[in-house]
Amino acid sequence: MSNLRAGIGPLFMSPDTEATRELFRKKNKALTNKLMSVKEAVERFVKDGDYLGSGGFGTNRIATAALHEILRQRKRNLGFAGHTATHDFQILAAGNMNGAKLLSRVDLAYIIGLEARGLSPHSRRVVESGELEVCEWTNYALACRLRAAAAGIPFLPSYTMLGTDTFRFSAAKEIECPFTRRKLVALPALNPDVSVIHVHEADSYGNCRIGGITVADPDLARASKRVIITTERIVSTDEIRSAPQATVIPALCVDAVCEVPFGSYPGNMPGEYFSDEEHLRQWLEVEKDVAAFSAFLKKYIYDVPDFESYLQLCGGMNRIAKLRALELLVPGREKDGQL
Amino acid sequence: MVNYNAIELMIIAAARLLENGSTVAVGTGAPCAAAMLAQKTQAPDLIIAFESGGLAPLLPVMPISVGDSRSFHRALMAGSMSEIMEICQRGLMDYTFLGGAQIDPYGNLNSTLIGDYEKPKVRFPGSGGADDLASFCWRTLIIIPHSRKRFVNKLDFLTTPGYLNGPGAREAAGLPRGCGPYRVISDLGAMSFDQETKRMQVESLHPGVSYEQVQQSTAFEIPRARNMGETTPPDKTELRILREEIDPYRYVIGR
Repeated sequence: MSNLRAGIGPLFMSPDTEATRELFRKKNKALTNKLMSVKEAVERFVKDGDYLGSGGFGTNRIATAALHEILRQRKRNLGFAGHTATHDFQILAAGNMNGAKLLSRVDLAYIIGLEARGLSPHSRRVVESGELEVCEWTNYALACRLRAAAAGIPFLPSYTMLGTDTFRFSAAKEIECPFTRRKLVALPALNPDVSVIHVHEADSYGNCRIGGITVADPDLARASKRVIITTERIVSTDEIRSAPQATVIPALCVDAVCEVPFGSYPGNMPGEYFSDEEHLRQWLEVEKDVAAFSAFLKKYIYDVPDFESYLQLCGGMNRIAKLRALELLVPGREKDGQL
Repeated sequence: MVNYNAIELMIIAAARLLENGSTVAVGTGAPCAAAMLAQKTQAPDLIIAFESGGLAPLLPVMPISVGDSRSFHRALMAGSMSEIMEICQRGLMDYTFLGGAQIDPYGNLNSTLIGDYEKPKVRFPGSGGADDLASFCWRTLIIIPHSRKRFVNKLDFLTTPGYLNGPGAREAAGLPRGCGPYRVISDLGAMSFDQETKRMQVESLHPGVSYEQVQQSTAFEIPRARNMGETTPPDKTELRILREEIDPYRYVIGR
C-alpha cells in the first residue's frame, strides 16, 4: 500500500522492547518488603529527566501524595503521559513556575481541563507558553501504547486517529494489515521510567487490589520500569493469597509500597470517599493569579512535610467523614461537595 | 406552555434520539444528562458506557467526572478504558455523544486549540476519548451551542473525525465502514447530514427559531433538509425528571 502516513510529533520514549526486557531481567523478583515512606520512594525511584506515568483518572484514584512529593522534591525535566490527566496534571504543572521546570515533555490526550469543572488557568499558561514539548494522542491510543509495552511488543494497531490532525501531530504511523490489507495506526509501546499508582489494598511486597474501574493501571504498572504504589490500606500476604483473583498488579512489577490512607484526596476513591469539589474549585480559582497560586502552593505543599499534614490543613478527618457520606450516598448528605 | 431554557431543550431533544436497548458511550455534562433522561423515559434498557471503564451503571446522580464512582454505580461491569474502547472498536456501540469547541460542515470536531498549532491562541484539553469514540461508534451525536465562531467552514484543528472532507473520505482514511455523525443538536435546531454530500443540513428548528436565524449563526451554507420540521417542545414530564432527578443542583442546566 502506498501513501502510508506518519505523524510528525516527537516520540519521547523508544518502543524497543529488547532494551526493556534486559532491564526487567535484572529487576528484583524476590518477595521483599517494599514498605517505605512516600518521601523515600520518590527520592529513590524518581530521577530528574524521568518519564512519569500517573494512575487513575484525573480526579479519581490518583496518587496525590506521590505527586505532591515530586513537587516538594523539585524534580526537573520530567516527561509525562496524560490520558485524562486533570488534577494530577494540575499538580505537576504547578512545578513549572517562577523559572522552575518540572515538566519538559508531555504525551497528551486530555490535559488542562478538569472535565465539567472547567479549565485550569495555570495548566493553560504552561502549555500555551510553548515551554513543553507536546505530542498529541487519544485516551485509547495511550492505553494501547501502555498495553503494547505491558505485552512486551513494540506496537499495537488500532483504527483510532485515522484522518485527523490528532494523528498528524502524534508520533504514530499508518501501517498495512498483512492479512486484510486494511490501513491501521501503529501505536508505539510506551515504557514509562516510573509510575505512581494509588490502590485500595496492597501487601508489603506490592501485590495490589483495586476496587472498581481499573482505567489503564494494570497495564501502566506492567509497562513501567519502576512503580511506586500508594495504598489506602496494607493487607497481609495471607489475605492476598486467599483471593488471588483479586490481584490486579502483582508484586513483580512493584518497587515501593507506601501506606497513605485517603491518598487520592482531593480526588475520589471508589467506595471510600468522594472528591472534594470545594477544594478543587479553590485550586482552580487561586490559579488565576500567579502570586496567589505561589502562596497557595507554599501553604499546602512546599511548607508541609507530608500528605498527612496537607490533609490536616484541608479539614482532616471531619472533611473525610463528609466526603465518605457523600461517596456512600448517605441520605441527607447529597448536597455536600456538589459543584 | 411550559418554560425551559436552551440547554434543557438541547438535552431533551438529544435524549429522544436514543432508543431502548441501544448502547451509548457518553461524556459528562449535557451528553450524560441526555443519556440519563433517555434511560428514565423511553429507553429504560439503554446501556450507558463510560470510557474509563463503567458499563451499564444505574446512575444515582450525574457523575462530575466520567471516571468517578457514579460512572459505575451498580453497573454490570467495572472494567478498564481498553475494555470500553474495544467494545466500541468491535462494533458493539450504537451511539456516542460528544461536544466540542468547533464543528465544520462535515461534522468534524475541534477540541484541541484555537489558532496555529505552534502558537495557539487558546489551548483546550485535546481529544480525550472523543477521536476514539467518533472513529469506532456507529452514530455520533453532537451537542454544541450555535454561533458562527463554533459552526465554522474550516476547523483550526481536526481533533475528531466526522465525514472528513466528504463522501467516502472516512473509508479512504481507513476508518471502519458505515459510521459517522448522525445528529447535531444546538440551541437553535437539530441538524442531520445529507446522504449524498455528507454536509450538514437543518433537520428541525426548535420552537420559535427561524431557518434564517440558523443560517445567520452558521459560518457555512446550511441547507434545509427535504422534510425540515419543528422540534417538539419539551414536555412537563421530561423537564421534571431532568430538573428533579438528574440535575437537581442545576450544574449542567444552569443556575
